Amino acid sequence: MNSPLQVLVVDDEPGMRQGVKRALRDFTVRLREINGDVHFEVAEAATGEQALESIASQAPDILLLDHKLPGMSGLDVLGKLADGEQDVLTVMITAYASLDTAVAATKRGAYDFLAKPFTPDELKGAVRKAAKHLLLQREARRLAQEKRQVRFQFLSVLAHELKAPIGAIEGYLRIVLHRQAGSDQATYDQMLDRSLFRLTAMRKLIQDLLDLTRIESGQMKRELVELDVAAVAAEVVESFAGQASEAGVTVSLAGSGAVMTADRQELEIILNNLISNAIKYNRPDGRVDVQIGQSAAAVTLAVADTGIGMSAEEIGKLFTEFGRIRNDKTRRIVGSGLGLSIVKKLAALYDGDVAATSQADVGTTFTVTLGKSLVPGLVPGATAVRSRALE
Amino acid sequence: MNSKPRILIVDDDEDIVSQLTLVLQADGYEVQAGHSQRQGEELLLGQKPDLAILDLMMEQMDSGFVLAYHLKRVHGDVPVILLTSVAAATGLSFVPNDEDAKSWVKADLILDKPVRAEQIRAEVARLLGDKACAPNDS
Repeated sequence: MNSPLQVLVVDDEPGMRQGVKRALRDFTVRLREINGDVHFEVAEAATGEQALESIASQAPDILLLDHKLPGMSGLDVLGKLADGEQDVLTVMITAYASLDTAVAATKRGAYDFLAKPFTPDELKGAVRKAAKHLLLQREARRLAQEKRQVRFQFLSVLAHELKAPIGAIEGYLRIVLHRQAGSDQATYDQMLDRSLFRLTAMRKLIQDLLDLTRIESGQMKRELVELDVAAVAAEVVESFAGQASEAGVTVSLAGSGAVMTADRQELEIILNNLISNAIKYNRPDGRVDVQIGQSAAAVTLAVADTGIGMSAEEIGKLFTEFGRIRNDKTRRIVGSGLGLSIVKKLAALYDGDVAATSQADVGTTFTVTLGKSLVPGLVPGATAVRSRALE
Repeated sequence: MNSKPRILIVDDDEDIVSQLTLVLQADGYEVQAGHSQRQGEELLLGQKPDLAILDLMMEQMDSGFVLAYHLKRVHGDVPVILLTSVAAATGLSFVPNDEDAKSWVKADLILDKPVRAEQIRAEVARLLGDKACAPNDS
């Protein structure tokens, strides 16, 4: 339920003001665009001076302004309003549709005209049009503001995530520079190791940020070809052999025969992110099970780990940018906070999605669904399918 | 001879914790460290510290505020330094700059990261007053 729009009718004829009040009392405008009904509350003023006073104390949303008033004219009132900052939509009421008046009023910001005499239906028509214009404009403004807000928050968190490693490295360098940690060389070596570790994490963040930006902008070069998803997965799993054995985690792959049109690099990014997470957030002697499945319409990539798991609340914020879960269990694990966001955006390019199920301290399974019926022409950034041999 | 003044440090950046610990231990303080709001809450149940240094953003955006609030409710006289790292880069300010905010943000000092060792040593000494260790000018 929207709050009613305030209408101020300015006319020196009491009968006219009463008529407007009566016509708008039970009048409702239904706006599908903002999903709601709009009602009106009508205030009145008999002169231009009174109108300005009333507007100064409480600005209406819509002003029904008679041109011919005793004292200052409707045009004078418009002129005064144009100087102010009120967000008022004005409908001029003119006895004679004089072109000069119309031009002058439009120049001073009038939105519409209503010729006297008018029927209640004509009045309602003009008010409906004004209300729709006003509310759509406000809705557009609200969305733009919201978008700026989201962007601002993203940049704020990004700045935080970039400043943190710089601060840590700077701190270590100062300690090393001034030999503030005693005479044991090993202590300094440890500080330099930590600094390198923080730099690695920072580089990963920047790389992920570039990936994310490229996907969002639609500027990503895509090469859509028929791919055996399990074969791509086998290569990705193989590339994690070192990292997995270091972490004491076994990675297995099951499933075959899933063929779809896709960009190899995008599939690799998805699998990289999921498998890398599954290894990082695992336990020693843990397992990662990668399962490639398919139906008639979609290919599914499921990656299950035996790791620390998450609560339902944590899963809820998992796919937002920088939605990284911060707690004692994840503190020592490198993560940019952008990986799953990237996975989600890539899945969307295939009319797909990503979901997670988890149990704390038992494990988490991420399942990505990718639609098979891809129409390359409809995908932003898609390039024609070419044979690799021709390049 | 009194026992060493105790300083509680809570920051989810373990490198910052180890740097602060190193610098303050060198000055002669006893340091207790936590890496999360949760660990901080547990440490608050233990022995009363003489001063606390708390990071603002940990598990939650406002973990440091919450910890400071809890600490001040139990030990109103313990000075609190809040570390933030968001304000300068973006203009986004968590720093309480009006009277209303100051009334509920329970911090004696808010420092923007990165904080230099000399600065934190000087501020700790200032806030501890008589209890402070003489800065170790090595």
